[in-house]
Amino acid sequence: MSIDIAVIDYGMGNLRSVSKAIEHVAPAANVVVTSDPAVIAAAARVVFPGQGAARDCMREIDARGLRQVIVDAARSKPFLGICMGMQVLFEHSEEGDTACLGILQGTVQRFPHEAMHDDKGNKLKVPHMGWNNVHQAMPHPLWVGIEEGERFYFVHSYFVQPTTPDVIAGFSHYPFPFTCAVASGNIFAVQFHPEKSQNAGLALLGNFVTWNPGEHASACDMSGATCA
Amino acid sequence: MLAKRIIPCLDVTNGRVVKGVNFVELKDAGDPVEIARRYNEAGADELTFLDITASSDNRDLILHIVEAVASEVFIPLTVGGGVRAVGDVQRLLNAGADKVSINTSAVVNPQLVKDASDRYGSQCIVVAIDAKRVGDHWEVFTHGGRNATGLDAIAWAKQMESLGAGELLLTSMDRDGTKSGFDLELTRAISDAVDIPIIASGGVGTLQHLVDGVKEGRADAVLAASIFHFGEYGIDEAKKYMKQHGIEVRL
Repeated sequence: MSIDIAVIDYGMGNLRSVSKAIEHVAPAANVVVTSDPAVIAAAARVVFPGQGAARDCMREIDARGLRQVIVDAARSKPFLGICMGMQVLFEHSEEGDTACLGILQGTVQRFPHEAMHDDKGNKLKVPHMGWNNVHQAMPHPLWVGIEEGERFYFVHSYFVQPTTPDVIAGFSHYPFPFTCAVASGNIFAVQFHPEKSQNAGLALLGNFVTWNPGEHASACDMSGATCA
Repeated sequence: MLAKRIIPCLDVTNGRVVKGVNFVELKDAGDPVEIARRYNEAGADELTFLDITASSDNRDLILHIVEAVASEVFIPLTVGGGVRAVGDVQRLLNAGADKVSINTSAVVNPQLVKDASDRYGSQCIVVAIDAKRVGDHWEVFTHGGRNATGLDAIAWAKQMESLGAGELLLTSMDRDGTKSGFDLELTRAISDAVDIPIIASGGVGTLQHLVDGVKEGRADAVLAASIFHFGEYGIDEAKKYMKQHGIEVRL
């Protein structure tokens, strides 16, 4: 049986939510949670979740011999990074001074303590935890059917800072604008948790399981308004 | 803008939700999956399950519940009650919990909070603090408020933050069950003392109490059981009320 979607398991947390949410939006798909490089290589689509600390994530990726297959998948097939699975796609994380995969250019930084207050002077807590508005910075097939400014569920203390703004697909405010979604070729990655974001999250996952990045590129060249 | 969260809390024993629940057309009032589904549809921002079963024989039941709920309800799930070891945390996360709440065991063995957050990340470790006013300060109690610990609640909250707790679930034992509102002074004191989010719990009787918890108590989330279970108020009703009073919510 061919593998439609591989959810990469590198020992970092709750993958059941991710696989169950994908099965919910793609009941006919063969979804496997796996740490086997051969299975990941054979899958048509790859979901790269993750939680915990960046250093531990990178150590587990290397301990399981997954680095190359992740890099290959991110270059060749529909690839969805979630939370830590977004952060480690970049070059370096401030968390534990960790060298990451370097598939995308940029760094990962902590919410700076001195900036964490709202315009009334109230303290803002870290982790950034809860439902926040996601603003779409570009049209993209994964945003189809999702309202601009829709709320998604976040829980994180670090955020990505891409070197080039052209990969920024979405941003949120806490209290300053930070990148919460990036898109580059066949890669889409999000800081929030679509698997925990109720209908909006399921819509995004549903878009991912039918996404054809090749079609996207040409459609978006044609129109700045929508890629639907 | 980040929304303040409303979190219904479900007490579970022997695989059933035990507090009275008054959803209309609910065939089986005690079925956790059905109740979770209803709360999800009503707009709950998260769900918390507290396993109040003491015996280890029933531990597997909560795992089955979490698995079943996590397969159908796609919002964050917190599970607490009887978490004693890193292995308990792992089993709950594997079953589909997003966060695990640690209460008595954090007092007995604070290292558990550090070990669990080091292994699974602070984002999934909630420390529950039951506090009661004693003289001019608040003291931490365990075993549902029966056992005094001698620990100062504010100092304890800071210690739990430093050991890696990602969030604190703060219950006022003085107010729990009274319907007279949160202990706002306590909530505010703890929220100001730490940088991590605070869930206020204990004492909610009216929607204004939820507003007060956020505005006066500076809580990041409010947890309630009976006002929602008994159908006095709906989640959507609570959110609309909070919004009318200037609080950012997810509608």
